[in-house]
Amino acid sequence: MSLLEARELNVWFDLEGGGTLHAVQGVSFALEEGERLGLVGESGCGKTTTALALLGLLPSSAEVAGEVRFHGEDVLAGGEESVRPHRWTDVAMVFQGAMNSFNPVRTVESQIVEALELHAVAEGAVARARAGKLLESVGIPADRARRFPHEFSGGMRQRAAIAMALACEPSVLVADEPTTALDVMVQAQILELLDGLCRDFGLALVLVTHDLPVVAQLCDRAAVMYAGEIVEEGPMERLYHSPRHPYTRLLFAATPDLADDGAPVASIPGAPPRLDRPLVGCPFRPRCDRAFGRCAEERPLLRRVDGSRAACHLNDVPA
Amino acid sequence: MSLIEVENLVVRYPVARGIVGTLARRPRRTVHAVDGVSFSLRPGEILALVGESGCGKTTTAQTLLRLVEPEAGSIRFEGRDVTQLSVRELRPLRRRMQLIYQDPYESLDPRLRVRQTVEEPLVVHRAGGSREERARRVREALERVELVPAELFLDRYPHELSGGQRQRVAIAASLVLEPRLLVADEPVSMLDVSVRAGILRLLDGLRDGGLGILMITHDLSTAAHFSDRIAVMYLGRIVEEGPASEVVRNPQHPYTRALLSVVPKRDPRDRMRPQILRGEPPDAVRIPSGCRFHPRCPLAIDACRAQDPPLESPAAVTNGQHVAACILA
Amino acid sequence: MSVVLQEPVLQEAPIRSRRGIVLETIRRRPSAAIGATLLVLVLLGAVLAPVLAPYDLHKQVGPVFGHPSWSHPLGLDDGGIDMVTLLMWGARISLVVGFAATLVSMLIGGTVGVAAGYFGGKTDTILMRITDYFLVIPDVPLMIIVAAIWGPSLFHIVIVIGILLWTSTARVIRAQVKSVRERVYVKRAQAIGAGHARIVLRHVLPQVAPLLIANTVLTIAVAIFDETALSFLGLGDPSRISLGKVIENAFQRAAISTGAWWAIVPPGALVALIILSCSLIGQALEDALNPRLRVAHLSARRFRLRPLVGRGSEAL
Repeated sequence: MSLLEARELNVWFDLEGGGTLHAVQGVSFALEEGERLGLVGESGCGKTTTALALLGLLPSSAEVAGEVRFHGEDVLAGGEESVRPHRWTDVAMVFQGAMNSFNPVRTVESQIVEALELHAVAEGAVARARAGKLLESVGIPADRARRFPHEFSGGMRQRAAIAMALACEPSVLVADEPTTALDVMVQAQILELLDGLCRDFGLALVLVTHDLPVVAQLCDRAAVMYAGEIVEEGPMERLYHSPRHPYTRLLFAATPDLADDGAPVASIPGAPPRLDRPLVGCPFRPRCDRAFGRCAEERPLLRRVDGSRAACHLNDVPA
Repeated sequence: MSLIEVENLVVRYPVARGIVGTLARRPRRTVHAVDGVSFSLRPGEILALVGESGCGKTTTAQTLLRLVEPEAGSIRFEGRDVTQLSVRELRPLRRRMQLIYQDPYESLDPRLRVRQTVEEPLVVHRAGGSREERARRVREALERVELVPAELFLDRYPHELSGGQRQRVAIAASLVLEPRLLVADEPVSMLDVSVRAGILRLLDGLRDGGLGILMITHDLSTAAHFSDRIAVMYLGRIVEEGPASEVVRNPQHPYTRALLSVVPKRDPRDRMRPQILRGEPPDAVRIPSGCRFHPRCPLAIDACRAQDPPLESPAAVTNGQHVAACILA
Repeated sequence: MSVVLQEPVLQEAPIRSRRGIVLETIRRRPSAAIGATLLVLVLLGAVLAPVLAPYDLHKQVGPVFGHPSWSHPLGLDDGGIDMVTLLMWGARISLVVGFAATLVSMLIGGTVGVAAGYFGGKTDTILMRITDYFLVIPDVPLMIIVAAIWGPSLFHIVIVIGILLWTSTARVIRAQVKSVRERVYVKRAQAIGAGHARIVLRHVLPQVAPLLIANTVLTIAVAIFDETALSFLGLGDPSRISLGKVIENAFQRAAISTGAWWAIVPPGALVALIILSCSLIGQALEDALNPRLRVAHLSARRFRLRPLVGRGSEAL
């Protein structure tokens, strides 16, 4: 039984003016204790929505189907009531732009204390002591803790956001674009921090990002998302060295690396499909460089291929 | 002849003291955004200004177009010193220098169609002759940025276009006046990875007509791939400059080395040996003495606290094109 | 290979044109629809008064403070004139003054707001100081003084109300202009070399216009109220009959002690109705235009669950 499991997760959003957007389409994956999974994709692929669904943090305009199981128990089954006990205490999240979501008129320490008190983990002086320790564990010395958010740099605020997520000692940390707005050196510091925290606290990590090299550095496995579904999932090395889906291959090819020797960087023409209309065939077909007849008619299912999973008809074609 | 020659550019901002500060007679503090920057750009060349936030790269770019006033130094554009020109004299120059912004979702007026956005510079400068002439130039600009067939895009509003398409429209609008210099401020950082190379290749192709491009970016991999030369900035100064492949393969300044070492690698098998510097760059109000990088430099020696190294050819490099500001280089 | 880009991507919510947003708000929000309907009815009654009014405005058709009857649903006023007729003609003047004063206020306030917001710095400071001074001028004393010196006339009322009301418009517009000014596309227009006039007319005003309209509608409400109040206090134009004047007349001629409620309540109710309808429309427009006023997102997130049918992307 896995620590965290998503089974056939589907999310629909009601659109203003009628219609629905099928933002997450049958996403399934499993996360074991201490494991690091990357959820990779470009804008609009559904990775953030999936991450939010794991914590049941979707608005009332969303309809959800499928299961999210924590230690085997379906936490979505009872809606908000069944999710809440798990939120933050079992699965916590560092949101996109979390570093900018601090209350500007309260000290950083007091906001961590608030999280502790809200979840009845500690109160008063005990809470303050714990908050201090938490902030220290993310690299913020105690004397800075009692300052206001605007006195912190971006990198330090991000650390504080991570501390806030760890307040209730969860077993899973979901980080949504944790380093996107940061400089490369600060990014390295935060990634090093996440690496250390996961090791020291035995945390499992779901890293949601569009930045492939970051995932390559930090995660053991990754799931590549496109148009609301997982198109390939497997160990990082396999994804890079023997991808089983053209999108995975092209995405890596479109990412420049310092070690490249003037090799041309790829770009993928076209744009992702609209998710408010039903799709026929493979969603990546219009942009794929190896599409063939079947791709236009039949939607490929996510299947096991050599230790990974991939949703591509090319894997069925006999060599 | 250089397209642009910048010499000892200095840009400073006063830090607002507020009422309390003024009453308490606190000393006036200034942000040394650009503290003596010199570089040149030839026609048909792409120079990447690389650095972290606060290093002064964006301010430098804005000063080139006189959107910000320099305190000292000179900027020669096609031989003329731009810093001394009046607003009126600047106007014709504005046609030859154009700026591309980072955010394609904000840089187009949402109420104007593509046609109007691309035409606007022509109208503002009363260039392009008759209405038919202008329409022709608009269409040509769209074709140059590969938005073809142009008819498909002329009447669209920005919200109907993807990020990459919007950025192409912005580029088209800057090309329509046939500038000589293009300053691109993080031109692809807000675009999806799969469309970045397309835009960058587009910019690359524009050089053929002698267009010079100054690209501001924090992304070293992009700079390495798409620029001819890289200048690394730290706290208002250029600390290293040279041909892109040289700087990336054989960095001479400790800061450059550290930056390059922490860029995440694409191949999961590649071993990384990151040199993670502690803390963050100090704010540009209190510039460290001597070499401004010495507080964070892993190689700093006593002399570094006293000496402010000039930008010059290191011993290990022979071609004179590659310079670094480090006494140990 | 030249990059052939496909047809444009996902159609997001289309940018509504200025007129579009007004009409769409009226269509979508019940409060705006009610307000709009009421206002239109009143406007029709007022505009078509010469044609629709059942009786002559100046002819006495019954006793002083005649009771409401079938032929006179709202009774007669202190001069024996039919109330319904009075209301229709009175509404005309009230609305004329309201609109005219609002126009004055909009012109002054809009100009000051745009100038202050766009140029910032010293211009902004000076203009805002001036605005503050006007803000504190008390309306009734001003009107009394104007009436005393230049005599009460419709024109003077319009000017006075306009002078009193432009400040709030100026502030609202200034705030909006300041924020639009910082948008990247405005800075880009500047970098291209566009002059101030062009930037304001082409880039700034279109963004500000919807808010200006909302503000205008709300100002109309206030202007009408001000006119009514001034007329009631006897500072209005004695030669014209506005709704405030109707109330004042009734008051002066002891309608209350006579028990002739129909001479006071209906005109008052009509004024209230006009103000209410303008407020409804204006508030709805402001809500629609200012995303920060919306609080729906603050409510608890409660996603809905759906039984899973089908697999993968076929799931329904």
